[in-house]
Amino acid sequence: MTYFNTIIRLILIEAVRSRLPWLLLIVIAISFGLSQFLGQVAIIEAKEIQATLQGAFLRVTAVFIVATFVITSMVREANDKVTELLLSQPAPRAAYYFGKLAGYTTVAAFVAVIFSLPLIFFAPIPGLLAWAISLAFELSMMAAMSLFCVLSLTQILPAISATAAFYLLGRSLAAMQLIATASVSKIPSFADQAISTLVNAVSLVLPSIDQMTISEWLVDAPSPERLLASAGQAFLYVALLAAASLFDVYRKNL
Amino acid sequence: MSPYWLLHPCSMSIARIFSKSSERSIQAVPNAVLLGLAIALALQIFVKIQGPEPRAGASDLSTLPSRPILQLAAAGDPSPLAKLLMLHLQAFDLNAGNTLTYGALDYDRLIDWLGKILELDPAGQYPLHAASRLYAEISNQEKQRKMLDFVYQRFLADPNRRWPWLAHAAAIAKHQLKDLPLARQYAAALQAHATAPGIPLWAKQMEAFILEDMDELETARVMIGGFVNSGQIKDPGELRFLDQRLKEIEARITAKKKGKNAAP
Repeated sequence: MTYFNTIIRLILIEAVRSRLPWLLLIVIAISFGLSQFLGQVAIIEAKEIQATLQGAFLRVTAVFIVATFVITSMVREANDKVTELLLSQPAPRAAYYFGKLAGYTTVAAFVAVIFSLPLIFFAPIPGLLAWAISLAFELSMMAAMSLFCVLSLTQILPAISATAAFYLLGRSLAAMQLIATASVSKIPSFADQAISTLVNAVSLVLPSIDQMTISEWLVDAPSPERLLASAGQAFLYVALLAAASLFDVYRKNL
Repeated sequence: MSPYWLLHPCSMSIARIFSKSSERSIQAVPNAVLLGLAIALALQIFVKIQGPEPRAGASDLSTLPSRPILQLAAAGDPSPLAKLLMLHLQAFDLNAGNTLTYGALDYDRLIDWLGKILELDPAGQYPLHAASRLYAEISNQEKQRKMLDFVYQRFLADPNRRWPWLAHAAAIAKHQLKDLPLARQYAAALQAHATAPGIPLWAKQMEAFILEDMDELETARVMIGGFVNSGQIKDPGELRFLDQRLKEIEARITAKKKGKNAAP
């Protein structure tokens, strides 16, 4: 348990030392300025516009910050040979991985809470709560995905690219499915069917990120069932990524 | 054999390219991890299969942001955004099983979408093609008229490029709406504004034939006579056809006059 807690503590110390809290404050200030500007321009529904656009900006920025933090932190640790030191300790490798996952998930939750605070001025509390909880789930899932990518690809650029591709695909897959199934002719051609089947197959192994942290929730709170479905998807996918990452961690040679 | 292919088919080889360290054998992985991976993957696929398929609904067609916001979102390159928006719009009526008919859409909102897409990409023909060939060919006359009016208004902004869609709109007004004055209005606009050399004569002659259908034979005769005498028509077959049409109109005028004289 000490080993597990130490790993979490190391991650939190690194988050503070890499100026993460300051970065979050700067992003909040920028988003605040952006929302004030949009509020001045809007003729009607100024608050709704401010909440929605600020929420969308904060969500994407949060995903970028969390993913970059996880990947750079893991690569730095590997370059400093800290990974080898940690893995050579008398503790199961699963404890190392779950310590990492718990640490990064804590950072993700912290980012979600901090980024939700400026929206208090524009969004009703029930909607904001749902949005913040969903953002925490989404960021946790992205932290797990970043961890998986960096464990398997080991370098910053490929890991960030793979994580970004995963996120963009997860966000736009439902729209792609709709477009892929929209054949203009009554009888779809072989190419139409092949593309549609491929997109549907890819959608089976990707989470529905487009159903999470929807900016609209900042105006109209979602039903509890929707939030629960979002949480269920995040838990399931984190479990899947954890299993896949553990497979990699156990095969890693020192 | 790595199980990466279960998640990302290409990642096994990609991971080998990027990974510096060698890997232990699969026996190093505890059975619980392998079992957990299989269960989690099976659950993920099961949940996605059980979940609702993405489906567009008429009410889901939300209002598009204003043009400046769209320009901002396009990041200085509006054409790809316009094309993406058009494909997205198309998905609202051509989704799986075609359960949603065009008529179920909110036409004011639909016209707003088409108009903004056209503003983002004025050279694009897709919005007007969809407007005249898909959205105007429904059984709701009120919505049909709205869509035809949209085509007419947008035709005036670039007649030489957009004439095919107004020609089709004139045909819909004539044959489906049975509104000959409206068809004539479109045909007249086509003749007056579409002046590029490549535009076929049949498009310019539409008004004359609609006038004939409206029983305005004198005007039709003058118009067709004008075409024949203008020297624009070189094709002997087309000249013969117009000449024949002219004779038919003249015969109808004579018959009409005789009928009038006989009536008292």
